[in-house]
Amino acid sequence: MDLIANLGVGFEIALTPVNILYCFVGVLLGTLVGVLPGIGPTGTVAILLPITFTFEPVTALIMLAGIYYGAQYGGSTSAILINLPGESSSAITAIDGHQMARQGRAGPALATAALGSFFAGSVATLLLAIAAPPLARVALKFGSAEYFSLIVLGLIASVALAHGSIIKALGMIVLGLLLGTVGQDLYSGQPRFTFGFFELYSGINFVSVAVGVFGVAEILRNLEDEKTRTLLVKKVENLWLTKDDFRRSVNPVLRGTALGSLLGVLPGGGHVLAAFASYSLEKKISRNEAEFGRGAIEGVAAPESANNAAAQTSFIPLLTLGIPAHPVMALMIGAFIIHGITPGPNVMTDEPALFWGLIVSMWIGNLLLVLLNLPLIGLWVKLLTIPYRVLFPAIIAFACIGTYSIGLNAFDIYAIAVLGLIGYVLVKLDCEPAPLLLGFVLGPLLEEHLRRAMIISRGDPMTFLERPISAGLLAFAALAIVLSLLPAIRKRREEVFSEED
Amino acid sequence: MKRILATLASVAALGLSAFPAGAQNYPERAISIVVPFSAGGPTDTVTRLIAEPMAKSLGAEIVVQNVTGAGGTVAAGQVAKAEPDGYTILMHHIGMSTAPTLYKNLPYKPLEDFAAIGLVTEVPMTIIGRKDLAPATLQELIDYVKTNKDKVTYANAGIGAASHLCGMLFMEAVGTQVTTVPYKGTGPALTDLVGGQVDFMCDQTTNTTGQIKSGQVKAYAVTTGERLASLPDLPTTKEGGLDMQVSVWHALYAPAGTPEDVVKKLSTALQSALKDQKVIDRFAELGTTPVAQDRATPAAHTEMLASQIKLWKPIIEAAGVAAQ
Repeated sequence: MDLIANLGVGFEIALTPVNILYCFVGVLLGTLVGVLPGIGPTGTVAILLPITFTFEPVTALIMLAGIYYGAQYGGSTSAILINLPGESSSAITAIDGHQMARQGRAGPALATAALGSFFAGSVATLLLAIAAPPLARVALKFGSAEYFSLIVLGLIASVALAHGSIIKALGMIVLGLLLGTVGQDLYSGQPRFTFGFFELYSGINFVSVAVGVFGVAEILRNLEDEKTRTLLVKKVENLWLTKDDFRRSVNPVLRGTALGSLLGVLPGGGHVLAAFASYSLEKKISRNEAEFGRGAIEGVAAPESANNAAAQTSFIPLLTLGIPAHPVMALMIGAFIIHGITPGPNVMTDEPALFWGLIVSMWIGNLLLVLLNLPLIGLWVKLLTIPYRVLFPAIIAFACIGTYSIGLNAFDIYAIAVLGLIGYVLVKLDCEPAPLLLGFVLGPLLEEHLRRAMIISRGDPMTFLERPISAGLLAFAALAIVLSLLPAIRKRREEVFSEED
Repeated sequence: MKRILATLASVAALGLSAFPAGAQNYPERAISIVVPFSAGGPTDTVTRLIAEPMAKSLGAEIVVQNVTGAGGTVAAGQVAKAEPDGYTILMHHIGMSTAPTLYKNLPYKPLEDFAAIGLVTEVPMTIIGRKDLAPATLQELIDYVKTNKDKVTYANAGIGAASHLCGMLFMEAVGTQVTTVPYKGTGPALTDLVGGQVDFMCDQTTNTTGQIKSGQVKAYAVTTGERLASLPDLPTTKEGGLDMQVSVWHALYAPAGTPEDVVKKLSTALQSALKDQKVIDRFAELGTTPVAQDRATPAAHTEMLASQIKLWKPIIEAAGVAAQ
């Protein structure tokens, strides 16, 4: 009953005209920066933070939160239309989403993404309202040993990400891992692969990698030959989902929501895993496995639901423990402090109006987003008919502006150029960029947690088996290996691989 | 490399070379304060708070730019090579004094390549432990650390972070080395401390006050000479019988060669900003106070920076950590 009373308070706060207005401004801005390649919610929140000093605290937080989850919606738009993911989570959407766009099915892809995100956002918001404190307590049980095992499980499961040669996929993961090791070693302070460049001490920027190997490489490939120019879609079949699309999307959306909601709670990079994991899961259990990587709608529905669910539940550690799960959350902590509120478990009891108002506003924001995005689909699809001599330079210019705006570090832009060339060579060699990005994102996390777990256990590797959650995750990973080695499944997989050249 | 930095610097200064640097008319256009860490962090917050009153007293717009990378050294390197006309200045923290020891081939010299404008603030630090750690007081913690030195773990936010420096100082004062567990930033380190994965750490009040007040961590001491108004029950390190004091200070710098009267104008603007009631109130919320007027001067801070560099050099070298 408390919940209903609390939600009542929340609706009272969130439905004031001012708060609805700023919620709308937030999600609109979020959508825009999400669509623009490069510039992301972190930069936007940072720039807008000072403007919110003059607002009521709850209004400020509603708007800043809106930018964050709004960007999750927008990020999928550019991933689907121009194969340019702005955040790690939408990289997965690009795999099948962009294939759908190439086949003239950009409309259904965008609609699935919007509807899946809305459903996932609503469920995750409810979860946040009901179960935030207990979930946060579980998340705290995750130390480095648990994260290590979780990432191992994720990596093993995600070999499914590749849809060509498995050797090439492994090669791409390793290349990604190597790119991820560039920079100052966290534990010893030693620079690795920095070649004397001070700018490389903090590693290669994720946005540079994504924009380079996905976007620039795609544009270079498109410039090769007019006949194979696939970025521009002349034929648009329909803007809305068919009955079959609906039928195929429902279960992936449900599973993506569940997986995203749970992984999003983990403060140490759970949101990164959510989209990867849900895509792998769908590919493993789908009857249309062969279609994955060639425009399977499940491959859009699942990761989009997962990343949006994770975006909502990643507020749980922030609101209940005062711990940021994402750079945007760190900025939100700054916003809390500037408004004189100490983030932590006391927010819920000391500032119930703010806590519940923010939660309810997230649901309203998700509703606004779906209302905003569905009518825009037609407009976005039209964007693809812009002549390439205008579109391509515009994409590259926006990507560079966006990337530069993150840290005002020109090196990030040189990195785009270099990685774009590397990406182009890889495309020519039929290598997939997705496993590369996976290795780049998860590799450093894997190393960080492995070494930290070993430091804490004083070099005893048994720590991974002695801790129950870690042992359980490793058992699942072992099971996944055994299953994939079983003859029946192996045969099926070989068929899948041989179908594709 | 130099060319890249020079290009960056000129971009940061927004094509200022077209104007002659006239000190009497300074400032004639917007001033950029370069912050070496990302927006929203403690250093950025401090900068944005003083930028507004400083802009008012200078009569020019102030733009805050976040130039991130390599523990703040990318930003410092840029400003060191910027046009010395007072339109590009740097906000930096305690890392300004530790970088020369931590980074062997630093592309700038803190004392020679910068003209100090003045000290801005000193944020106290707190020694905290996981909430079920056995010792109840600082003295008990010291004994516990000494007897269990093979078991105890100390968390920090990465090489050169304030929590790293405070930990080195603590271990030197106690005379025992314990296992250090580095994290990528304060957030994850604090998460693991709250979750009981590591034993203790030392970090700025800006980051720890919330967790201390809500009882998610056990607080042992504050590392300043006086107790804090925001945490009045927390004893100082001295009261707890430990000879160590440390705080995370922030200061403003112009590139070396900036005309003296320009530096003076900036310093005067800083001093008046530190008297601004809004700045005092906001700083209090962050658990800190503006420094006394006589410390927010070029001479006082140059002296302080020199002594800080000397203070940290042997401690960092003894701990055997260096970025190169």
